[in-house]
Amino acid sequence: MSQSVDTDLPVTGNVIEARDLRVWYGTDRGPVRAVDGVSFDIRPGEILGLVGESGCGKSTLGRGLLGLLPDGAEMDGELRFEGQDLLALSKKELFARRGAHLGMIFQEPLTRLNPLMRVSEHFRETLRTHHQGMDKAEIDRRALEVLRQMGIPPTRYRAYPHEFSGGMRQRIMIGLALVLKPPFVVADEPTTALDVLVEAQIIRILHDLREQSDTSLLLITHNLGIIAEACDRVAVMYAGRIVEIGEARSVFAQPQHPYTRELLRSTISLSTTGLNYIPGAPPDLVEPPSGCHFHPRCPDAMSICATRAPVDRVHANGTRAECWAADRAEGLLGDLPPSDLAPLTREEISDADEA
Amino acid sequence: MASASGSLPRYIVQRLLLIIPMVWVLITMVFILLRVAPGDPVSAAVGDKLSTEALDARRAALGLDRPMLTQYFDYLGSVVQFDFGKTISDNQPITDVIKNNGGATLSLTLGAILIALLVGIPLGLVAGRRRDTGTDVVIRLFGIVSYAAPVFWTGLMLRNLVAPTGWPSYEIASPITKFQVEPVTHILILDSILAGDTDAFLDVLQHHVLPCLVLGLLLAGVLIRLVRVNLLQTLQDDYVEAARARGIPERYVVRRHAFRNALVPVITVIGLQVALALGGAVLTEATFSWPGLGTKLIDYLTARDYAAVQGIITFFAIAVVLISILVDILNAIVDPRVRY
Amino acid sequence: MFGRLLAPIRQTTGAARWILLTGLLITAIYVILALFAPWIAPYDFNQRGIDGAKFTKFAAPSGDHWFGVNDQFYDVLSRCIWGARTGLHVVALSVVLSLVIGVPLGVVSGFIGGWLDRLLVFVMDALYAFPSLLLAIVFAFLLRGPLGGGVVAAALSLTVIYIPQYFRVVRNTTVSAREATYVEAARAIGAKNGTIMRRYLFGNVIQSVPVIGTLNAADAMGTLAALGFLGLGIQPNEAAEWGYDLSRALDDPSGVWWTGFYPGMAIVLLITGLTLIGEGLNETINPTLRKRRLRKVVLPPRHTTPTTVEGEAR
Repeated sequence: MSQSVDTDLPVTGNVIEARDLRVWYGTDRGPVRAVDGVSFDIRPGEILGLVGESGCGKSTLGRGLLGLLPDGAEMDGELRFEGQDLLALSKKELFARRGAHLGMIFQEPLTRLNPLMRVSEHFRETLRTHHQGMDKAEIDRRALEVLRQMGIPPTRYRAYPHEFSGGMRQRIMIGLALVLKPPFVVADEPTTALDVLVEAQIIRILHDLREQSDTSLLLITHNLGIIAEACDRVAVMYAGRIVEIGEARSVFAQPQHPYTRELLRSTISLSTTGLNYIPGAPPDLVEPPSGCHFHPRCPDAMSICATRAPVDRVHANGTRAECWAADRAEGLLGDLPPSDLAPLTREEISDADEA
Repeated sequence: MASASGSLPRYIVQRLLLIIPMVWVLITMVFILLRVAPGDPVSAAVGDKLSTEALDARRAALGLDRPMLTQYFDYLGSVVQFDFGKTISDNQPITDVIKNNGGATLSLTLGAILIALLVGIPLGLVAGRRRDTGTDVVIRLFGIVSYAAPVFWTGLMLRNLVAPTGWPSYEIASPITKFQVEPVTHILILDSILAGDTDAFLDVLQHHVLPCLVLGLLLAGVLIRLVRVNLLQTLQDDYVEAARARGIPERYVVRRHAFRNALVPVITVIGLQVALALGGAVLTEATFSWPGLGTKLIDYLTARDYAAVQGIITFFAIAVVLISILVDILNAIVDPRVRY
Repeated sequence: MFGRLLAPIRQTTGAARWILLTGLLITAIYVILALFAPWIAPYDFNQRGIDGAKFTKFAAPSGDHWFGVNDQFYDVLSRCIWGARTGLHVVALSVVLSLVIGVPLGVVSGFIGGWLDRLLVFVMDALYAFPSLLLAIVFAFLLRGPLGGGVVAAALSLTVIYIPQYFRVVRNTTVSAREATYVEAARAIGAKNGTIMRRYLFGNVIQSVPVIGTLNAADAMGTLAALGFLGLGIQPNEAAEWGYDLSRALDDPSGVWWTGFYPGMAIVLLITGLTLIGEGLNETINPTLRKRRLRKVVLPPRHTTPTTVEGEAR
């Protein structure tokens, strides 16, 4: 039975509502537009997958949601958590939400636990911070319960982090994040550093969250297989923008955006006979390509793609995507001059450019 | 897997076994170095005082006419039995020299290390916490200057400063105290406690203040920089960020995760500090006419007494090795990862 | 190679940069004093009087003698300036010697490995663990006989102490670089061991040498002063030496503070200057300590995209 999460959900019912989020970093060359206008919703108990190449900004987005950005980063837009605008809060108020309301699961489990502290001490510290006055017995009971769900036996409760393998440490981290029963958790590539078998176990655990609680999860990954396994909905990110978002099944069955299509084609399975890849390299986020950021690498690019940014639209199968080619396929671009719709001529991407 | 992480007793035994090869290397080095010098030890030390026959007799007595290798093994053999031989210039067993003067050097060094820890660690932590602020710069500068200033200069300046006040800046105690207190451990400050003589104890303590302060500041300088750098690196560690992400308040994160983890390597550093302290102690003793092994070493150096120099340096080598092993063991107690 | 070295320096923020520049400035002043001592110093380092008249012993600082006169009738200011020459001479010589012996030894040992490597590491570790001053004392003691009390003897006494530092760092860098793929590739195309060491490993290793070198120089300066203080440094009739002057100042009557203060200050400032260079370099070269210069970014006003959130029909 699902444990209820004690929050007050506002009228819209969404745990997270993001509108036009931007996260830019300052550098000597100019601002890096890591996240450049991203909007999405997450419902209670839902798992939203966020997928994209390395450097597309998904990790930045995940961290931004929790306010874990490094110095020099600026974030703006609207970010509502249970109805409240997080960006309007003071730093202190935002920090107060961490842990009990907004949880985080990091990528590198090997270094995320304090080597001088036992696992039990990690739990005690976490629980005491958020539930002052909770007695030792109750703390241990809660911790052991969540560890049991993660598959860690109670005999290991007082052990030190270095006595555990990477997969077990990640499970402890997940346990630490969940023991506070936050309504929303960001998992930033939780299995990238782990081998495939362990990865399967972890994904199973995350997937089962749905049955066990109302916790919503933003699962960031570059692995489409994980999305298919565990996520209800998926958002595809490219060069700081969400290019397609919708129900996982719909997106996989009928990808609207050429990037999504190429990503799906390049996954390898037992039936793969030839390797597909997307030519070119991820774009420079200081000066992204004009118009649609994907146009230099897009097989379906038209002239208009290089000049005007595409409009976000909901498509026939219910997914939302921003792509001129997809709009054209649905017959929406009738009033544009044919020159705009001509295929884009561009130089062959030479191998050197990929560097 | 057992709940005890690693085997502490086994680790201790491993480290203790290392003493032997390490000391052996140092002793051999000292032996070689001192034999490499031209001329022979006896004439260098007492050449002008004795006749040729007496010199030859002395040489034979010290075994200096035997082949080098025999001398070497003889020496090793006696060291193992804690017999460091006799001095040439005043014919004293070196073990006696060590016994009578080692205590003063010990109390000086320990006092200095204590001051270094009390001053260096907090300042280093503060500097690391407030990186690149005015406080940080001042503390770092203090650390650098503390180490740059030679002990004999700081000591001299302090001696000049306190001269008008009458605060003791010379020797380890007044002559009366030295006469009255019974040498049990040969560590004067301990002996005064054992004798129950409060006046004597206070007198000795007073005499310790300036030298320990001077040497302690030198050590503190190094410690400050080390602690600061460790803290800076620890603050960037992944588990610190993870703790913040769980909503642990910053002050707890800094105290429990950063400070504690940053100080663990400091224990190893204290071991290195002992080496530094011994060198500084020799200089401090010269500045304050402190009756320790350092002063004796200098006296024997001036007298060109090879045997005495060899014996005292060998003793220092053994002391350094023992302390570093001790520090390793301490480290293993504090840091569970090390025991594997 | 210089380009690679200098690039991170330009990226540093306030504190590290100032530290480096201050250190360079102080050291530069000393270098100038050392190089031009014969013209800058008012008197010679062992000059006891002028025009037949002896200086007044223990004369307090005045117009004639800015830093006063010491117990040997020497002008303290001149001794300080000449001391800079001696000090930098000895230290430069010893650092270069330590480098020239320690670095190649480290590269060879790290690259070849085997029993030679293990033996050297053991010996170097033992040397490193031993109090450096005591080692210097032993060497100075030994070299006094054959080499006299000049600059070379002093420099050699210092050289031995610092070889282990270079050796260790260089050896460890070499060992980790040795397994790198580019070295494997070089071997695959038939490069000889010597070539590999020279061309590939040396460059990597060079990075850490400046930091160690300057901190080394700072330490060596202190050790030289200590040796001088103990009477094991430069003979007083060969050159001026700050440590020696301090040893004599120890017995000066109370109230005569200038004989000890100024030579000591000279030591403190030079060592501080050298250390500042080392620390400044360390902050710039060591990536974990480096703080990137951050630019403030201002976001242009938001375009609210006329978007529909999923679930709403268009």
